[in-house]
Amino acid sequence: MTTPGLYHILTISTALFFIGIYGFLTRRNLITLLMCIELILNSVNLNFIAFNKYLWPEKLDGLFFTLFSIAIAAAEAAVAIAIIIHLYRNHHSVDVESAEELKY
Amino acid sequence: MITDFLIQFRSETALTVLILLLLLLKITREVKNETLLQWMQLLLCGVLLLIASGPFEGHLFGSMFIATPLITLEKLILATGFLLICMLHHEWLKAHEHLIEFLILSLSSLLGMFLFISSGHLILLYLSVELITIPIAAMVNFDLEKRRSSEAAMKMILSSAFASGVLLFGLSLIYGTTGTLQLNELPAALQAQPLQIAAFLLVISAFAFKLSVVPFHLWTADVYEGAPVAVAAFLSVLSKGAVTFMLITLLYKVFYPLEAVGYPLLQILSILTVLIGNLFALRQKNLKRFLAFSSIAQMGFILASLSSYTVAGAAASVYFIIIYLFSNLTAFGIVQIVNTQNGKEHLESYRGFYKNNKFLSWALALSLFSLAGIPPTAGFFGKYFLLIAAAAREQYVFVILLALNLMISLYYYLNIIRLVFTKSPEEMETVRISQPAKLALWIGIAGTLLLGFAGNLLEHIQSIMN
Repeated sequence: MTTPGLYHILTISTALFFIGIYGFLTRRNLITLLMCIELILNSVNLNFIAFNKYLWPEKLDGLFFTLFSIAIAAAEAAVAIAIIIHLYRNHHSVDVESAEELKY
Repeated sequence: MITDFLIQFRSETALTVLILLLLLLKITREVKNETLLQWMQLLLCGVLLLIASGPFEGHLFGSMFIATPLITLEKLILATGFLLICMLHHEWLKAHEHLIEFLILSLSSLLGMFLFISSGHLILLYLSVELITIPIAAMVNFDLEKRRSSEAAMKMILSSAFASGVLLFGLSLIYGTTGTLQLNELPAALQAQPLQIAAFLLVISAFAFKLSVVPFHLWTADVYEGAPVAVAAFLSVLSKGAVTFMLITLLYKVFYPLEAVGYPLLQILSILTVLIGNLFALRQKNLKRFLAFSSIAQMGFILASLSSYTVAGAAASVYFIIIYLFSNLTAFGIVQIVNTQNGKEHLESYRGFYKNNKFLSWALALSLFSLAGIPPTAGFFGKYFLLIAAAAREQYVFVILLALNLMISLYYYLNIIRLVFTKSPEEMETVRISQPAKLALWIGIAGTLLLGFAGNLLEHIQSIMN
């Protein structure tokens, strides 16, 4: 058994990033879309922490960035959920397909 | 130390104080919308004077925050745009029951733009991008009773959250390969490794999302159509202006070592943007949607001049943004004035508009002439300098393609002017213009007419860029 190195963590985070993108493009439920965005943001957090620990351990830039990005992700989710609740009151559904008044 | 802070951070401090005061006002007492708006416009003039009080160079917080004469000028442009929006959309704002919240959100977004263009550190850059977009998404939802508005807000928040995820991934790769987040240390650390090129592509695509450059433009028209006109104007002028200013810094200072990748990339993006923006603008029936596609096409021209990687290209883009601000805000303002009066925003309903609304028709015609780039107006000079800058690398096929696209755009701009000035059995009734809106329209007209002859403005921008 080897101890996990930078490459293991980068593999996981890249996989998470693309799972998030795949889910964002294929899912139809708005709440699931938000979860996919959360996946993308968390993959970035993993990236930052791994780079900080393995490559640049003398400064804490990566860690600070992670803290800020967690806080911002929470703020973004709050506004997004408020918008989705308002959409639900108007459309009685949280499906992407139900919101289709605006198109070419 | 503290004087440094007060001098360089003056506009941001003023905006923060303004936001806090509005919050307190919301809790403590009822104010009539009319008085609040008047105070707001007065205070914004004060902020303008404060910004214009002098260009001071320097940096704060361990060069996280940078102030240069160019950045001061850009802040002045953005604040002017915001003041014009407040005046042009006076009627709609006055009637809105949540005016204070709207002002708080829009001021926060403006504060985000100020921090964004003067950020010198990737953390501040990311934070301020979010400070720009999150309030805008809430503002898009401000026609609370309309279904379209909430749909547009949903599209806006999801696509911008996705874009910021992509931006963050790019930033993490930059951090991994260089070990620094300080913008002024980055150029020395970038050597066009494959991972750095990937990071560059991710960051540029996130910026392209915000600028609605073509492969990433799909949210634009829907959001503009669903959002209140004031918010559409805010999005199309201020947020795009701020992102363009930061893009100039990124391309010319930070990512300069990757110029060999950036040049063909920007060229392809700009041709695609201009072409698709034009072709879709041709078939629009709704004026707001039409303006969305026209603003996409205008962004393509800016990218074309930025792709040259010369100081002239950057200066021409800033100059064009100023002209674009006046002409586009005038056009949006007229859409708003008509829309508040009778709810019409279809192109067909503007047939015979001239009969009863002489002043508005001429103002609309002027702003559209300027957007199309017809000589006496400033838009011509803006486009001219953009194309000259784009030709700096002697890629004449590229410039000719751009010029051909200008001709396509003439068709749809002139088509609206034709509709406005033709006779029709059912003319629109006379539309009432409030005093602040009228003043702002005159400022917009003056801007579109006179800015083209202010040639030393371009020289001034170029000189402070060096």
